[in-house]
Amino acid sequence: MSFDFWAVLVDWPLLAKGVAWTLGLTAVATVVGMVVGVACAWARASGPTWLRWLVGSYVELIRNTPFIVQLFFIFFGLPASGVMLSPEAASLIAMVLNLGAYATEIIRAGIEATPKGQIEAAVSLALSRAQVFLRVVLPPAMKKVWPAMVSQIIIVMLGSAVCGQISVEELSYAANLIQSRNFRAFEAFIVATLVYLALAVGARRLFNWAGPRFFFGK
Amino acid sequence: MGEFTLWDILRNLLLALRWTVVLSLIAFFGGGLVGGALLALRLRAGRLVEAIVAGYVQLFQGTPLLMQLFLAYFGLALLGIEVSAWTAATVALTLYTSAFLTEIWRGCVAAIPKGQWEASGSLALSFGEQLRHVILPQAVKIAIAPTVGFLVQVIKGTALASVLGFVEVTKAGSMIANVTFRPFTVFACVALLYFVLCFPVSLYAKKLERKTHGRRA
Repeated sequence: MSFDFWAVLVDWPLLAKGVAWTLGLTAVATVVGMVVGVACAWARASGPTWLRWLVGSYVELIRNTPFIVQLFFIFFGLPASGVMLSPEAASLIAMVLNLGAYATEIIRAGIEATPKGQIEAAVSLALSRAQVFLRVVLPPAMKKVWPAMVSQIIIVMLGSAVCGQISVEELSYAANLIQSRNFRAFEAFIVATLVYLALAVGARRLFNWAGPRFFFGK
Repeated sequence: MGEFTLWDILRNLLLALRWTVVLSLIAFFGGGLVGGALLALRLRAGRLVEAIVAGYVQLFQGTPLLMQLFLAYFGLALLGIEVSAWTAATVALTLYTSAFLTEIWRGCVAAIPKGQWEASGSLALSFGEQLRHVILPQAVKIAIAPTVGFLVQVIKGTALASVLGFVEVTKAGSMIANVTFRPFTVFACVALLYFVLCFPVSLYAKKLERKTHGRRA
C-alpha cells in the first residue's frame, strides 16, 4: 500500500473550481433558504390555518425524505412534467428547499420562546404587525437559535456533495473526476474529505463571527 | 418488456425497501455498539483518549457522508478486503452512526449531576457498577428521544449507499425510472416510501421528547 497524494494535488485547479462551486451554491442556498425559513416560520406562527397546514406539510415532507431523492425528483422527475432544469439550478432548488424546511423549524422554536409581554409592549407602541415581527420578535429569536442554524447550514453544505451525482462540478465531482483520470481513488477522496472538513470548520467560524454583526446585533 | 403499471413500480420499490430497512437496522445497531464502546472509553480513559474520540466525532460530523462511503469503498480495497457495496455501505454507515450516537449519549451522561457519580463512588461501587446501577438508568431516559430522532437521519443516510451500487430503494428507483421512462412517478413513489418509513419515527421521537421534557408552554 503506497500513497501518492501528489498525483491528486497537481490537479489543484479542478479542486479549486470544486471548492468555488460548493461555496457558491452554499452561499446562495443560505441566503435564500433563510429568507424562506423566516417567511415560513412567520406563516406557521401567525398565518391563516390553510397556510399553516401547507407550510407544515412542506417542512415534514422535506425533513423525512433523503436529499438525494429530492434532488433526483427535481432533476430527473420534473422534466417529465415539462420543467427543464440545469443540474446547477436543480441542485440550488433542492438545497434551498432543504435549508428552508429546517430553518423554518429552527426559527419557529426561537419565535415561540419570545415572551408575550414583549410583543404586547411593541404593539402598544403602535408598531405594525410586520414591524413587530421584523424588529422585535425576529432578532432575539435569531440570536437564540443561531448555533443550530449554523450547524444546519453546514449540514446543507456537506450534503451538497451529492450534487456531483448529477454532474454539478462541485468538490466531490472534482474528486471523482481526478480519481477516474489517475486511478488514485483513495487519495483523491482523502484530499476532498479533508477540504470539506476545512470548509466546515471555516464556515462555522465565519458564521459565528458574522451572526452577531449582521443578523441580531451584539 | 410489457407496460409498467403503477402497481408494478410500487411492488418493485417495496421489494427494494427491504434492503433500506435492513441496512438502516444494521447501521443503527452496529453504530450503537461502537458508539457505546467509544462512550465508555471516553468516560473511563484520560484526556488523550477523550481528545481522540472527540476528533473521531468531529471527522464524521464535519465531512459529507458520501465521501465517507467512497473512502470506505476504496480504503477497504487497499486493505485487501473484498469490497462489495454491502461491505462498504455497512462499514461507513456504522462508523457514521457511531460518531453521532457517541456524541448524543455523551451529552446525556453529562446531564447527570456530578453528585450522582460522587455518591455512588463513595459507596465503593466500581466504575462499571456506577454506570450500570446509577448513571445509565438515568441517562437512558434522557437519551431515548434524541436517539430515536437520529434513526431518521440513518434511514435517510442509507439512500447514499445507492451511489456505490447498493440496490436499495433509491437505486431501485433510478433503475426503474430508466426502464419505464417515468421518472416523475417513480421518484415521487420513492420519496413517498421514505416518508412513510420516517414520518412515524419522527412523530414518535417528538412524542418521547414531550414526555421527557414536559409540555412546553
